[in-house]
Amino acid sequence: MMTTKKLWIGIAVLLLFVPLGVILPRLFGAEGAWGEWGLDGIRNLTGFVPEGMKRLAGIWKPPLPGYGVPGQSAGLCEASVGYVLTGIIGVCITAGLMYVLTKLLLKKNGS
Amino acid sequence: MHIPDGYLGPATYGSMFAMAVPFWAIASWKLNRTLKAKQAPYLALGAAFSFVIMMFNIPVLGGTSGHATGATLIAILIGPWAAIISVSVALFIQALLFGDGGITALGANCFNMAIVGGLSGYGVYRLLAAGSDVKSKRRWIAAAVAGYISLNASALITAVQFGLQPMLERSPDGIPLYAPFPLSIALPAMALEHLFLFGFIEALVTALVVQYFQKNDPDMLA
Repeated sequence: MMTTKKLWIGIAVLLLFVPLGVILPRLFGAEGAWGEWGLDGIRNLTGFVPEGMKRLAGIWKPPLPGYGVPGQSAGLCEASVGYVLTGIIGVCITAGLMYVLTKLLLKKNGS
Repeated sequence: MHIPDGYLGPATYGSMFAMAVPFWAIASWKLNRTLKAKQAPYLALGAAFSFVIMMFNIPVLGGTSGHATGATLIAILIGPWAAIISVSVALFIQALLFGDGGITALGANCFNMAIVGGLSGYGVYRLLAAGSDVKSKRRWIAAAVAGYISLNASALITAVQFGLQPMLERSPDGIPLYAPFPLSIALPAMALEHLFLFGFIEALVTALVVQYFQKNDPDMLA
């Protein structure tokens, strides 16, 4: 199946275009997805922050929140570069983890 | 469509984990029995594709944005069980490393996007493409329709999970403890944007890649 190389190249090309996922929303003044607001967003929408949400919202501190590189500014250029970089990191780790799981899935018991 | 931490109360996020686990188990068991070594690279590709396609946020009227998931496409190419696992892996990394989707909500997000998305997309595709030639127009049309329906199924179930929170999880005086919007708001908000925009994007992505395989590697579609 020689298409895997071509497909990985396709993934790499897609990664170069991910800044569209940052640029397009900004261009149209759109925020994040419905239902993905942060605590401030909820407060702006409803006037309060539900108690349970307050408790759970910070339960996990991801290392690269919002697909940004720590220290990057809010400018479109840096956000785009950060998005590509975190995209690359994410794709590599995701593919790597899936690869490891696949090895486990291929193990036949007793063989 | 990634539900963050804090939107679902324990009753919901707990049951969604409970519902996801059997599907993860069945998918793993199925793959263990049927996966061939030469198919293995496609799982990693599928997981990677799902991850990257979810980074393309498309803005929609009303000021929000959304994305495709690739679950149907992956199911068409390597089967629904592989799709469940690979999209779940992408969602797991998105939550863990980038905070895209909550950790408590991971069961729900995997159930909605990977499981419901993968299975419904696969089912619709097989139904509509049945008996057609691998390179036929009907195949990619079936793929497009399957992608559209599957993403809307995911969106619908996500909206229901959101919309039930004010009723399921509230303080003694009726104040919502988690997601504050009822079904009457959550359902139209999510359903309309997926019916009128994001569903078509998923359909387009699915159809285009299926067409690519029809031309370059039709065996994958057999």
